[in-house]
Amino acid sequence: MKIGVASADSNAIPSDLALVTAIRSADQSAMATLYDRYSSIVYAVALRVLQDTAAAEDVLQDIFMQLWRNPGAFDATRGNMAAWLAVIARHRAIDALRKRRPQDDIEDVIVSVEPDLASEADRSRAMEKVRGAMQTMAPPQRSALEMAYFEGLTHVEIAEKTGEPLGTIKTRIRTGLLSLRKALAA
Amino acid sequence: MSAHEQFAEDLALYALGSLEGDERQALETHLDGCAACRRELELLRGDVSLLALTAAGPKPPVRARQRLMSAIAAEPRLPVVVATPPDRSQRSWWPTLAWVAVAALVLACIGLLRQNSALQQNLASLQARFSEQGSKLDQANDVVATLLDPEATKIELVAAGSKPQPRGKAIYQRRNRNLIFIASNLPPLPAEKIYELWLFPANGGAPIAAGLFKPDQRGSATLVNPPLPEGVTAKNFVVTLEPESGSHEAPRGTPVIVGLGEGVGE
Repeated sequence: MKIGVASADSNAIPSDLALVTAIRSADQSAMATLYDRYSSIVYAVALRVLQDTAAAEDVLQDIFMQLWRNPGAFDATRGNMAAWLAVIARHRAIDALRKRRPQDDIEDVIVSVEPDLASEADRSRAMEKVRGAMQTMAPPQRSALEMAYFEGLTHVEIAEKTGEPLGTIKTRIRTGLLSLRKALAA
Repeated sequence: MSAHEQFAEDLALYALGSLEGDERQALETHLDGCAACRRELELLRGDVSLLALTAAGPKPPVRARQRLMSAIAAEPRLPVVVATPPDRSQRSWWPTLAWVAVAALVLACIGLLRQNSALQQNLASLQARFSEQGSKLDQANDVVATLLDPEATKIELVAAGSKPQPRGKAIYQRRNRNLIFIASNLPPLPAEKIYELWLFPANGGAPIAAGLFKPDQRGSATLVNPPLPEGVTAKNFVVTLEPESGSHEAPRGTPVIVGLGEGVGE
């Protein structure tokens, strides 16, 4: 049974929720649509973390196959699909980088991001704002965020690597994240 | 911003997965009882996920999409019937499904237990039958062993004061071609001679050789199930004295003992 995707208003793109509902009904075309919508974000995160295209493709495949097998793992009450996939992609990639077993509980995290990034236009706008905010940050702050996010380093490791005090790293990370939130809301 | 400023920086690190050790444990303890900090954590996780948008790079190769779609096509799922978005009423399906699954499991277990019980009863019945058959077989083996045992004491009882005469007893079952022949008081065999048992068919056909034998020192001999043709009804049995190495297609020698069946002496 196909739900939502084909019968939706032709002028409106199907929501993430409609796609997930269709995937729960084993609709392969809905899976293809969801992949086209978010594979770039997942792949970009995995590639940035792993620095290896084949390994990044494996992460991409694993995540979407997992979604196909268990679409119920995504719960709309936990946030939007783009943010949820980004969280999982980062964790899976870091797990692969460190050659450790994937953490199952990561799917249960609650992620709040507004607006929904289902449309290409929303994603482009959000991308522009976030990248702009990163560019305006002081390089040490941007670097601390990137080391924590893409390299999976703890604040202690970042402090050791940069020679900065722990408290400074903590503050930089928090204020950096808040500035991203502020930029997106603007 | 968190209502508890002292946890604000740790919350950001926690959202990134960077907080470890005692600090992590202390924060998790606090989060259990602080809704405001849990909400702030959700927002910070959203902020963290925005960092994914900064990862500029090439789009995934076309082959990755083909690989995924091929894998999906090769792994079809049964549709899960869900007609509405997963709101709270839909989420309540899961406990229901869980109970249905438990009920199905219980029913399956009951079915297996019943099947197991039936199989055990069948096994017990077969074991009883096997034991009974084994007992009968043991008895039959004892009878045969007694008959064939050369050490067994064999005493012929005759009328008081009379001289023991050569005699024999043939017990024949046509259906299974079983024959037991027991002879006693037979005269010692002359040189190059042997005794032979003959079955005379009821249909008047030629006598059938039923076995060669030599008696022991006391003139006793036993034959058990010699090879015989199928479906022959016996009219009589005769023991003759035959050349030890001669042909035994038909009796040529002198009858030594003759049955009391029809056609005695013929």
